[in-house]
Amino acid sequence: MPRVLWIPATAALALVVLPVVGLLTRTDFARLPELLTSPAALNALRLSLVTGALATVACVLLGVPLAVVLARAGGRGMGLLRAVVLLPLVLPPVVGGLALLYLLGRNGFLGYLLDVVAGVRIPFTTTAVVIAQTFVAMPFLVVSLEGALRNAGDRYEQIAATLGARPWTVFRRVTIPLLLPALGSGAVLSFARALGEFGATITFAGSLEGVTRTLPLEVYNQAETDVDSAVALALLLIVVAIVIIAVARPRALEGQRL
Amino acid sequence: MTLHAELELTRGTFTVSAVLDVPAGTVLAVLGPNGSGKSTVLSCLAGLLEPSSGMVTLGGRTLTRSPRLHVPPHARGVGLLAQDAMLFPHLSVVDNVAFAPRSRGASRAASREIAGRWLSEVDAAELAERKPAQLSGGQAQRVAIARALAGEPELLLLDEPLAALDVDAAPAIRGLLRRVLRGAERRATVLVTHDPLDALALADQVVVFAEGRVVERGPAREVLAAPRTPFTARIAGLNLVTGTAVDTGLRTPAGQLISGIPAPDVLAGEPAVAVFQPGAVAVYPAGTPTAGSPRNTVAAVVATLEPHGPVVRLRTMDGAGWAEGVAADLTPASVAELGLEPGTPIRLSVKAAAVAIHPA
Repeated sequence: MPRVLWIPATAALALVVLPVVGLLTRTDFARLPELLTSPAALNALRLSLVTGALATVACVLLGVPLAVVLARAGGRGMGLLRAVVLLPLVLPPVVGGLALLYLLGRNGFLGYLLDVVAGVRIPFTTTAVVIAQTFVAMPFLVVSLEGALRNAGDRYEQIAATLGARPWTVFRRVTIPLLLPALGSGAVLSFARALGEFGATITFAGSLEGVTRTLPLEVYNQAETDVDSAVALALLLIVVAIVIIAVARPRALEGQRL
Repeated sequence: MTLHAELELTRGTFTVSAVLDVPAGTVLAVLGPNGSGKSTVLSCLAGLLEPSSGMVTLGGRTLTRSPRLHVPPHARGVGLLAQDAMLFPHLSVVDNVAFAPRSRGASRAASREIAGRWLSEVDAAELAERKPAQLSGGQAQRVAIARALAGEPELLLLDEPLAALDVDAAPAIRGLLRRVLRGAERRATVLVTHDPLDALALADQVVVFAEGRVVERGPAREVLAAPRTPFTARIAGLNLVTGTAVDTGLRTPAGQLISGIPAPDVLAGEPAVAVFQPGAVAVYPAGTPTAGSPRNTVAAVVATLEPHGPVVRLRTMDGAGWAEGVAADLTPASVAELGLEPGTPIRLSVKAAAVAIHPA
């Protein structure tokens, strides 16, 4: 390794670390407990954890089958499908939120149908928060699972089939257990992404305290009125993020070994 | 169950076609170099690949009749043993072996009991509670054999089952396979290998594959000892001498001793065969005093000399006892130096370490 690489590498590290340090210097540690336990903050934290968990469950239930289909089903069009799945990953979340609004909003064709047929209105509800989070977080899960499936190959599944296992038994007893490490890290990454979701949520679900105002939205909200409170909440999000990285990282490495 | 297969499969510009017949209770070896299409044939039999055209029947059942009928792998009653053991890493050894009975619908307890029996059968009962990561290559392959047999397949497919094992483990697994393959009267077995020794030790019949086609077929001993095509001679062409096993080798019917290394399952006094490569045979002018480490020397007469790739293959005639019909590979330079031609009396010599003794 050329030693000169240390210079840009240090700059890169500084870019990641120094803003956090900046935030720490601005934090009012004396008022921290009081700021973090205010009703608005607790509401936002509870809502974030609940919606993030629900979005992660939705990502797993929908993303695992999608990853298996992408990795195992042959045929044309799979390349195109794979690109479509990546769309939320590269799209600005605000655009994703707008797209969801014009699908499920009162003027969107599916939203109109739901409203007229079932009387269900999705935008600006907690459900909308979960949908927005699932939309942005699912590609993380699908991409990591599909990679693990491709690395593992289908030889174990073929052997299981020759041992008399039907496709559903193979999926349940071989595919899923072998996928567990990657599934763990993928789910944690999805949860982290859901927890940090801002753009799609504010566009599609708005910012109603206790209903759709998650932690990132509360930070944004407080930044205009009570900067100390915004900083305290920001610190909370950073701590949560660090915990997630600490938990997920070893599993992610294990997933690659698979 | 008797297997009958007529297969044709095209991949790009490469076409594999084969007709195979394996009577119940016998083993067919498919011998060929890498890339000759033999593993493709195995995948078609297992149902993992659909042939472009052809049919496969096993006993009275039709497994494939292209293009309409294709019984999926899990419903075929076919077992597959690959080069790597491919044990499910998340299951213990006993649960790996119990996988097939469990998939057939046996209860957890009953399938574990079946698994225990098969593990004892392959001398691996003490490994039952281990995870696959805690096994050596040879142990893992033992367990994989038990797992494949626990499915009670009517057709057993072995894809280079010894190729990934180190030289210490291979002979024991070969002996184990001999034992378990002999035991089944209803089962047909297809063994894919590039090693003529495996074919000799395990198979009744051999087909030789080259570039997607069968170029030779027949009883294992005949095909390997007296190949009719130059291609088979290049990959097989072993020297085989039959006789009776003794502690340090083999005694021919004429009473000569051939020293060699006995396989683990050779029993003294039982019929056996001594196997050595033509390249392991050294040729001296007749009357040269015998000295040095080669223990097996015998007088012979040159019958034929044929170019054989970069070497010249010499075959002997009416030597004393085992020296008849032995093949030896020499460089053109040494053929010239020794002045060899048909009728020249010579002395053959083979190192004992190059001679393998197998049960006949």
